[in-house]
Amino acid sequence: MELADIIVKFILVVIIFAISLVIAMYSTYAERKIAAFFQDRIGPNRAGPWGLLQPLADGGKMFLKEEIIPTNASSFLFIVGPSLAIMTACIGSAVIPWGQKLTIGAHVIDLQVADINVGILYVFGVVSLGVYGVMIGGWASNNKYSLLGAIRAASQNISYEISMGLSIIALLLITGTLSLRQIAEQQHSWHWNVLSQPVGFILFLICAFAETNRTPFDLPECETELVGGYHTEYSSMKLGFYLFAEYINMFISSAVMVTLYWGAYNYPFMDWMAAHIGTNGAVILGVTLMFAKIFLFIFFFMWVRWTIPRFRYDQLMDLGWKILIPIAIANIVVTGIVITLINR
Amino acid sequence: MNTFYFIAFLSIFFSILVITAKNPVHSILYLILTFFTFTIHYILLNAQFLAIVNFIVYMGAILVLFLYTLMLMNLNKESEQPKSNLIKFAAVIGGGCFLVTIVAALKAFGASNPVILKDPNLGLVKNLGKVLFNEYLLPFEISSVLLLSAMVGAVLLATKDPKTAA
Repeated sequence: MELADIIVKFILVVIIFAISLVIAMYSTYAERKIAAFFQDRIGPNRAGPWGLLQPLADGGKMFLKEEIIPTNASSFLFIVGPSLAIMTACIGSAVIPWGQKLTIGAHVIDLQVADINVGILYVFGVVSLGVYGVMIGGWASNNKYSLLGAIRAASQNISYEISMGLSIIALLLITGTLSLRQIAEQQHSWHWNVLSQPVGFILFLICAFAETNRTPFDLPECETELVGGYHTEYSSMKLGFYLFAEYINMFISSAVMVTLYWGAYNYPFMDWMAAHIGTNGAVILGVTLMFAKIFLFIFFFMWVRWTIPRFRYDQLMDLGWKILIPIAIANIVVTGIVITLINR
Repeated sequence: MNTFYFIAFLSIFFSILVITAKNPVHSILYLILTFFTFTIHYILLNAQFLAIVNFIVYMGAILVLFLYTLMLMNLNKESEQPKSNLIKFAAVIGGGCFLVTIVAALKAFGASNPVILKDPNLGLVKNLGKVLFNEYLLPFEISSVLLLSAMVGAVLLATKDPKTAA
């Protein structure tokens, strides 16, 4: 790899990192505004015009508050927990293709940090690693409520990872590749995977809600039963990292859903657009549309949160094991049969 | 090669910490790090699929369940049964015999010579899948049936017998 390539990749990493953080910051603002709208309130409107500086004020507050490490807590692991949560949330974006290749002069810029040939499994690995942040933090707090929250998080993540993996297998039968770049390219124009895999998409969506610990699956931090769940003992920026990680995870899982099922950066008539406004213009339009789709999904996450009440824990387990997994397996079988009949 | 030695050192270092750590939860956390170094070994051998599967299945699922069980059991020093000297003595002899066997086996195979892969791309998903479903189809299917039967057995053990439960 040449030096120029490394510099380009480095700049891309920094940009994606900054975008993830800014989106996570403004997701907190959007969530409050949307919650306010759903409950017929006004929402934050004091800091800056329309309360736009509210996330900055919150961030400042998080940094400046007193940091408390409980006396009987395991102090090293108490710090490792939130660090791991935010780290795993941030590394997931490395394999997502944000757009087609940009051509500037003689340089071709790939709008993807790493095109590894097991890309989708990488995302999966990062997701499965994410639970350690919650578990370690919950255990290290030395608090019964935190421990219960951590244990709930672990069993919930493991259960829903299975149906998530099974829903992806049906998709892989169609695409025949694990690379996210190739999956994105196959959905050229309007050939989006959601058209051929609607059931798989709904399964994936439900599992994404469970993996990001969002309502109706936010049992690890169910405040009516567990005070604050796994982050009961946390204060200041360590609490901030846990909350922030949740919003980054929401952004990344929306991006993964858009890439896998909703055509990534593709849109109908993209060849016509490329012919009329130039290749680079079409690429930039594609990136913009990808982010528009991601924002729609983030809005959907919030919409569901303020509409549907939380499940009970046994209902959550029943849904995961007795409903989603059989549907996912049936989906794989049907997809396999249809592919065999078509290719015959 | 230097990367290999560094990672190999880390693997051994963390696995020693697994057995010397006083707190069982710390020991599991060191085990997680050990498995992470194994993932790096697989990547160094260009076996990307094995690496990521090791990452997802062992680090992401099995060890989470280990940690889960340990957190529920809440083991600590007070509840630990003191081991009698006879058991310690037997363990030392057993472990020593195992070590001698392993060393002898490695020496007999001449495994200290580095293995050179005929095809460096063997570990990629496409090639691995073709090998598994063509050359080794029968062992592959048999092992999947074995896993399925283990799963059925676990469910059977977990469900209550309707006759005795009533």
